[in-house]
Parts: sequence; structure tokens; C-alpha cells
Amino acid sequence: MAVAINGLSLGAIYALIALGYTMVYGIAKMLNFAHGDVIMVGAYIIYTMCMFTWNIGSMPIWLSSLISFVVAMAVCTCLGIVIEKVAYKPLRGASPLAALITAIGVSYLLQGIAQLIWGADQRTISILDRLGTVNLGSYVIKWSAIITVVVGAIIMVCLVMFIKKTRTGRAMLAVSEDKGAAQMMGVNVNAIVSITFAIGSGLATFASMFYLPITSVSPTLGAMPGIKAFAAAVIGGIGSIPGAMLGGVLLGVVEVVCNSISAVASYTTAIEFALLIIILLVRPIGLLGKKRRIKV
Amino acid sequence: MALLEVKDLHVFYGVIQALKGISFEVSQGEVVTLIGANGAGKTTTMQTIIGLIQPKAGSIIYNEKDITKMPSHKIVASGISQVPEGRRIFQELSVYDNLMLGAYLQKDQKKIKDDIENVFDQFPILGERRTQIAGTLSGGEQQMLAMSRALMAHPTLLMMDEPSMGLSPLLVSQVFDIIKDMNSKGITILLVEQNAEKALKIADRAYVLETGSITASGTGAELASSPEIRKAYLGG
Repeated sequence: MAVAINGLSLGAIYALIALGYTMVYGIAKMLNFAHGDVIMVGAYIIYTMCMFTWNIGSMPIWLSSLISFVVAMAVCTCLGIVIEKVAYKPLRGASPLAALITAIGVSYLLQGIAQLIWGADQRTISILDRLGTVNLGSYVIKWSAIITVVVGAIIMVCLVMFIKKTRTGRAMLAVSEDKGAAQMMGVNVNAIVSITFAIGSGLATFASMFYLPITSVSPTLGAMPGIKAFAAAVIGGIGSIPGAMLGGVLLGVVEVVCNSISAVASYTTAIEFALLIIILLVRPIGLLGKKRRIKV
Repeated sequence: MALLEVKDLHVFYGVIQALKGISFEVSQGEVVTLIGANGAGKTTTMQTIIGLIQPKAGSIIYNEKDITKMPSHKIVASGISQVPEGRRIFQELSVYDNLMLGAYLQKDQKKIKDDIENVFDQFPILGERRTQIAGTLSGGEQQMLAMSRALMAHPTLLMMDEPSMGLSPLLVSQVFDIIKDMNSKGITILLVEQNAEKALKIADRAYVLETGSITASGTGAELASSPEIRKAYLGG
């Protein structure tokens, strides 16, 4: 039971990050390898803001934490938009390799800047894990894990509704399928790309918040969840939104289950990536991927 | 005063020149057709007008405004729609979503609803399949959807790129009837066709495009009776 909740919780985190990869790939046809580092920036902003606001005497901690989170989300959303405008937009139409290398460059740039501002020390902060645990029958479960699963699920449902039912969501699907035809409908592709980066980065901030109880904050915080969520997006079928969710949850559950079995715990990461390789061998487009003319 | 005026348009793909300074105009209420062989530059012309391709030189004047450097969403907002070559409907979206995308720049929700109902009245098969993924429609149904989608934007000028491509003779006639009908409702039409015979028949005026240059122009009837045109495009 605890393993199931923790697995789903980690899975929800991976899924939230994987959505950012997959949406950006679907719309801009590029792999944004700086996405993991947006999570890191989000985590640092939450950390810094909490350190600052918790000392404001009269404010309850939940409120100052919430404010910190909202500020982090605003910063990350802007950061996502700025990264796209400054680093990726000039390369639209250039070779996919140029965009890929640039994305890796942005990733190191963000890590470098974080190290300059906050230093290389690992810091820990407890926000969601202040809520403690709850006893369900004979099981002890962390509230933070429950919140992650519930909020993660709500966010994903909202995202799917947004994409299916709204004018902007429809335009995103149209751009993803045929950019030129979408332009002929009057869709402003630049605006849609910006919105996509904004949403991806906003989701990443949720991942930052949910990831804090199980990690310490450092400039390389984003690397591991970033690469695993990318693997999750590929497992699910890059470009596919339900695929990213499925891949994320699958990978999260596999990771927690492996970690809970002492015989295989030390091979967890290897097992996860072996899973990626096996799935790609059997189904190169990922579990829910669609056949597309354009490939990576 | 011409509704659309294309002046000395030069377009390059890398070092290859696709359009070598073409000029033509379309007046309000006309059906104008561009005919020419594959690779003559017909599709390039349309894509340049709607802003998907940037010309190296020349200008495009629409409604007395220079739209040459405008982004495509502004061009569409100013009243130009396109039925693209190969239809390019959104295969993974429903028939309904395709129509809604056609109305992307329309603000009046009630009017959009009415427009969609009108489409379903005109093409009941699209109404029956409104929630179906558009990629599952037949070629003819997809062409009807592509035309309806373009009309959702209430264009002043509708550009149609090879609307008869890949359709059975019966459907081709139906498509040309629809074009005539749209024109009679006041929509100005710029038509690109390989089916020169049918295109010239409904066109007020026509231009012949050959490897990036306009080599002949005249009324539809004039070109249809010209011996050279008959030989090159109408099978003798």
C-alpha cells in the first residue's frame, strides 16, 4: 500500500515533467533538455522564498509556503517563455541538432547560474513533509505522497480538458499536427509555442514542489528527474500527452517497487532504462505514440 | 481597383528560384485561375500570398494594404482563406474540431454555431460524422471538410489549391459547382488547378504559369480557345 502510493506519487512527478517534454516536442518539434533544470530553478525559488517568508512573524506557514510556490511558478513560467524566445526561436528551421545542442547548453547555463547564486551546497527544506503521516489501517503513508498523487491527477485532468475543449488547446493540437495548415487557420504559431513552454514550465514547478520532500536542493537537482521523465515521455510515445502520463506513472511505480525489494534495489536505475530499451525495441514509437512523418 | 495585386514577386528555395517576378491581380467578385504544370510555382504563389513563405522581392497588396511582410495570422484575419493543396485537414482531430479551427479568428460564438449547422445542412455526411476523426473520412468528404473549414472564416478572398486533386469525376464536378456557388455568394476566388479545362470554364480570367513566370493571360474563354494553351494544357 505504501509502496503503491509512493510509486504513484513519484510517477505523478515524472508524468508532470514528461508532459513538458512531450508538449514542447509535439508543438516545436524539439527536445528541450533544459526542462529538468527549470525544476531545479523552481526548487531554489521555493526554497529561497520560504526561507524569507517563514520569518515574517504573523503569517502562517502554509500561507507563506503557498505564496512561495506561486512566486516560483511565475518565475519558472517566465523563464520557460524567455528560454524559448532567446535560445530556441532563432533556431527554428535550423537543423534539429542545432536546437538539441542549444538546449543542452541552456541546461548547463541554468546550472551554472544557480551555482553562482546559491552555491554548490546541498540544502534541504521541509514543506510538504511537515504535514507528517497518516495511518490507513496498518499502513503509514506520508501526506506529501497523497497530495502529490491527488493534485497531480487533478492537474493532468485539467490539462487534458484544456487541450480538448478550449480554442487554444485545439490550436495546440493543430500546430502539433500541421503547423502550416494551422497558420492558414489564422493560428499565431509563435504565441502557441510560447504558451506551450509556459505550461510546460508551470507543470515543472509543481514537480519541484512535489520533489522537495524526497530530495535536497542543488544545482544538479533537475538532472536525474529530467532524464527519467524524458525516458518516461519516450516510453509513452514522445508527442503523446496520455503517453507521457502513462510513461511517467509506469516509471515511478517501477522505481519505487524496485527500491522496496532489497535484492534489486541497487539496480533500480539500470532496470528503468532497460525497460526503456525493451519497450523501444518492441514498439519504437512508444506505448501510445503515433506514426508521424517527422522523427527525432 | 483590384482586391489582390501581386507585383513582381520573386521567391527562392535556397538558390533555386521558384517565382521569377510574377505579377497578376484579382478583382472583387472574380474567379481567377492560375494554370500550369507541376512545379510551375502555383502552390508557391499561394503560400507566399498567405505568408507561409517570405518573398525575396516584390509586393502583395490586398485591399489597398501591403501584406507582403505580414505574419500569416494577420493575413487570415484581414479576410484571406486558403484550401491548401492535398486538403491538409487535421487528420487526428474530429470533423467538429476542424471546423472550429476554421473559425479560429471568429469571435461570435453563436454565429460559429450557426455556421457549423449550415455546413452540416449542406453536407449531411459531415454532420453524421461530426465527432469522428477527420482522417477516417473519404477523399471527397475530406475535400468538403477542407472547403467548409476555409469558409468558416468568412473570407473575402478564398484561395483554392488543386481542389479537384485525387477525386472521382463526379466529385470533381461537385467541387466546381460549389466553387461557382461560393462565388455567386460574393466570395472572390483564386483557383489553382491542373484540371485546366474545368478551371478555365468557370474562370473570369486566367493566368498561365510556366516555371516561375507568367507566360499568358486572358479571359477563361480566350485561353481555352488559344491553340498553344489547348496543346499544352487541354490535351490538344
